[in-house]
Amino acid sequence: MAELIAKSPCDGLLPVTVGGMSLTEEDPGAMWAVAPFNGEDKALSQALEAAHGMAFPAANRATGKAGSRAVWFGRGMALLMGPEPDAKLAEHAALTDQSDAWAVVRLEGQGAEDVLARLVPVDLRAAVFKRGHTVRSELKHMMASVTRTGPQAFQIMVFRSMAKTLVHDLKTAMEAVAARG
Amino acid sequence: MRLPGKGLNQGAKPITFAFNGRHMTGLEGDTLAAALLASGVHLVGRSFKYHRPRGILTAGSEEPNALVTIGTGGQQDPNVRATQQELFEGLEARSQNCWPSVERDVMAVNDLAAPFFGAGFYYKTFMWPAAFWEQLYEPLIRKAAGLGALSGEADQDRYEKAFAFCDVLVIGSGPAGLMAALTAGRAGADVILCEEDSRMGGRLLAEREEVGGKPGHAWAAEVLAELEAMGNVRLMTRTAVTGAYDQGTYGALERVSHHLPRRHSLKGSHLPRECFWRIAARHAVLAAGAIERPVAFRNNDRPGIMMAGAVRAYLNRWGVAPGERVTIFANNDQAHRTARDLHDAGVHIAAVIDSRHEAPDGGPYQVIKGAQVCDSAGRQRLESITVRSVKGEEKIQTDCLAMSGGWNPSVHLTCHLNGRPVWKREALAFIPSEGAVPGMVAAGACNGTFSTAGALREGAEAAAKVLEALGLKSSAADLPQAEDDPYRIAALWAVPGKGRAWLDFQNDVTVKDVKQAATENFRSVEHMKRYTTQGMAADQGKNSNVAALAVLADATGRTIPETGTTTFRPPFVPVAIGAMGAGAADEGFKPQRFLTSHGESDTRGAHQVEVGLWYRAAYFPKPGETNWRQSCDREVTLVRNAVGICDVSTLGKIDIQGADAGKFLDFLYTNTFSTLKAGKVRYGLMLREDGFVMDDGTTARLGENHFVMTTTTAAAGQVMAHMEYVSQVLRPDWDVRFTSVTEQWAQFAVAGPKSRELLDGLLDEEVNGETWPFMGCGEATLLGVKGRLFRISFSGEHAYELAVPARYGESLFRELLKRAEAMGGGAYGMEALNVLRIEKGLITHAEINGTVTAFDLGLQGMMSTKKDFLGKPMSTREGLMAEDRMRLVGLKPVGAAKEITAGAHLFTPGDSVERIYDQGYVTSAGYSPTLGHPIGLAFLKEGPDRIGETVRLVDHMRGADTLCEVVSPVFFDPEGDRARG
Repeated sequence: MAELIAKSPCDGLLPVTVGGMSLTEEDPGAMWAVAPFNGEDKALSQALEAAHGMAFPAANRATGKAGSRAVWFGRGMALLMGPEPDAKLAEHAALTDQSDAWAVVRLEGQGAEDVLARLVPVDLRAAVFKRGHTVRSELKHMMASVTRTGPQAFQIMVFRSMAKTLVHDLKTAMEAVAARG
Repeated sequence: MRLPGKGLNQGAKPITFAFNGRHMTGLEGDTLAAALLASGVHLVGRSFKYHRPRGILTAGSEEPNALVTIGTGGQQDPNVRATQQELFEGLEARSQNCWPSVERDVMAVNDLAAPFFGAGFYYKTFMWPAAFWEQLYEPLIRKAAGLGALSGEADQDRYEKAFAFCDVLVIGSGPAGLMAALTAGRAGADVILCEEDSRMGGRLLAEREEVGGKPGHAWAAEVLAELEAMGNVRLMTRTAVTGAYDQGTYGALERVSHHLPRRHSLKGSHLPRECFWRIAARHAVLAAGAIERPVAFRNNDRPGIMMAGAVRAYLNRWGVAPGERVTIFANNDQAHRTARDLHDAGVHIAAVIDSRHEAPDGGPYQVIKGAQVCDSAGRQRLESITVRSVKGEEKIQTDCLAMSGGWNPSVHLTCHLNGRPVWKREALAFIPSEGAVPGMVAAGACNGTFSTAGALREGAEAAAKVLEALGLKSSAADLPQAEDDPYRIAALWAVPGKGRAWLDFQNDVTVKDVKQAATENFRSVEHMKRYTTQGMAADQGKNSNVAALAVLADATGRTIPETGTTTFRPPFVPVAIGAMGAGAADEGFKPQRFLTSHGESDTRGAHQVEVGLWYRAAYFPKPGETNWRQSCDREVTLVRNAVGICDVSTLGKIDIQGADAGKFLDFLYTNTFSTLKAGKVRYGLMLREDGFVMDDGTTARLGENHFVMTTTTAAAGQVMAHMEYVSQVLRPDWDVRFTSVTEQWAQFAVAGPKSRELLDGLLDEEVNGETWPFMGCGEATLLGVKGRLFRISFSGEHAYELAVPARYGESLFRELLKRAEAMGGGAYGMEALNVLRIEKGLITHAEINGTVTAFDLGLQGMMSTKKDFLGKPMSTREGLMAEDRMRLVGLKPVGAAKEITAGAHLFTPGDSVERIYDQGYVTSAGYSPTLGHPIGLAFLKEGPDRIGETVRLVDHMRGADTLCEVVSPVFFDPEGDRARG
């Protein structure tokens, strides 16, 4: 019997290395939008803590750790990345599978901040935008999610269909930053 | 002439360059202007209007004369200021606005006709005949006048845009800027220091003076070394802050690679030519310095006449003497330094002419007090000047005149938010009004404080003020010792006399022009500016504005502050359009959205069409098909007779959950969804608040509190925003959550009489009329993958839409095509999809064009009378339900001509084809292979009441003129048996 073959959003596009910087595709595991219903914020946060070990993130913050993270994803919503959500969460929040909806890449290396300074109109200086901080903003012309995951590392997400443009825009900026030496 | 041992460039390596084809040698660190002066070249270009020979006036970005062109074709840069362009090996520059050469310029005859070309000449002369303006006069004038030109070829350079953030932005790196940066940096603030020059230090590089017991430039170097080591200070050279905007945002232009050979910035290599920065600063210190102003006197524009401060810069920074027998003309003490420095360097000073009787004596050279330069001579280079004093007129031989009418503080940025500068009488200068730009403090020369000690002090004070606002502690500044001479100046704007005395060198505006404007009652400074074009060239009047308005003040009997300044607008220096649009060329223009089936469609030779940001297959040509119609007809037929596969993932999909989800949908849609049973799909119509149709689509109920809405591709974003508005603003009390799942699911239409057969064996579930009845939906397992199946049809055939997580999209598309092709079916694209839906009279945004109502579409029955919904009150307005509105009908040709085109207008046969007889218009058209003739959808006045009538279709654009019968919009299978069966 035929079988359906899975393909990742950046298949054939990554990895890319420019200067000391690398751009790689992340396999985030499952991704679910978690949006607490009216008055359920606290109960949801507790359920999240109990089931997955992290609180519901405040605005512009990510909780948890690599492999099991809750990333603030806009007004009243977090993206649970890694585990399949525990069924109990559904009592407090709308859960929506987004595992295939986003291209997830990792930009890492000396100059990563400068690369994003060419594309994202948000203050991402290390002193302001620390590890575990996240933002929904534009990346060039695309709506994106940017999270700092290390001193020189960022997780960047855009719609899956825009993966090619994401790689193009990031690569162009990486080359320009590298060319300045 | 280069003076050995002079300048800050000792030991710099020689660099060869070419100017107008002539090869010369300069030194590393030279500007093109410095290198030209070192080679004895003064004549650099021709003026804008009169083609007068012009030389180098200044040593900075304010240069009005010495504009050159660099590069050719797609690499041509016009109007490059020679005073800013750094020398690099192999640089080739050439003069502008001259032919055949800068020495012998044919258009210089314009200068002889100058009496006719004064202010307002064009307005008065080329008035009639009216048609001649565009066809003859303007092209002629444009050809004759001008600066550099673009090549007309596509730009080959790369540009860049970037964002930066800081606590304190310091603009300018002279003594005030350095002191401010040092104070702020030491206090731990995040500082950005911008300097438009290639080297930081400002006037400290141009003057011979001591700061803190050492040469000024050495003090600057020490400060810069400390700043560099700090880690919290970012030094940006070659970066001009171009504008001040709201909320502490500043624009800045960084000239990244103008100082390097061209290959570095061409596409293919990666260094941008320029980077346009947007800097968000919590506070700013403006230390932009001041610009020395010329004095207007007859023939004050000859090559060799320069600004006194610029002459010092060439001497002290680059070791270049711009003349061998130099004269100085000034109204202030500072300019006497030029004589002192040149004399000390061994250059002969022919005379210092000072308009003040109480001028200082200076050194061992002649100072003529209470005198004025009233004329000059020399065709392509200054040869002599005429000095007028109480003793009468006297001619002095000189090859360089250093003039100074005082300094204009660079207040530009403080005026960008509509602040007006204030007149400081003792300095004869406009200075920034306090608080003109929130968060910005001015310091030093730009604030009207012209001594070095004053600049250092104000720089430190400005930083302290800013640090306090930031809540940072600053230690009391230890100010280095520096020159603290008073700024002694007496007014001198224009030397009286006959002839042309230039104010605006770049636009060729004279004192006479300004007086003429006043005479003709253009007395407002803004009117004078536009009538004379003063200040309207690429330098925006940096050198000339204050002098021009002083002349205007005099001519109109007002004071200077009464006359006021014109409006300072960004950018402070010219910014290449390429820099502003950086990154938007080619693929950077907009994001591209690709379907999971894109690669497979490409492999099959599909023609892709852009639908918003999406790329969709328009049709899939088979061997032997030579035009799209053949492919389209075949694809329509295979859907009607067998089974077709189409990627429909671009339709907006919105997942809606919550206890009030049903209520929310009832409010959004004109019809009711709360009564829809789980496992069923319903078609819905959505209105805007004004009662017109916004979008349509199907919504499926997956569970008690769980729906999935589909929108059209075109309105996916709009509907999402609309829902956010309703949920956040109108009904925040309702418990409903929604998010886009468009990208999560790859969704394919499987349409045609054999669609159910195709699904057999693909799904774990049995698909029959009971498990998936028409408008049924549910979860389904496809080859082991959990997906969703919807029994909906946009083609009128027995059809399904099959959704799987996007990662499986490509694989599923291949599998579906394999099965379809084995059954005599195959892929179909947008063209066939369009024909199929027109045959069924189904609407898209070609029909939902923003002007139509539910009534126009014949869907008034969908507007529930039992509940409230968004847009309901407005939709019931009388005019929106009027019988004679243009309403949806079908069209089929009945005459000899068979052409129906979208966009054609409809007329009653016999009526004249004129706008006033317009009866309607065609929205969609196609050839129906099913029916064997063209078909169209149209909005026609009283349409549904005219079925059976004949109308005349006229399309002037495409030349169509067709008689059509008005028919029902549903051409095919009006009972809908095929879809239900």
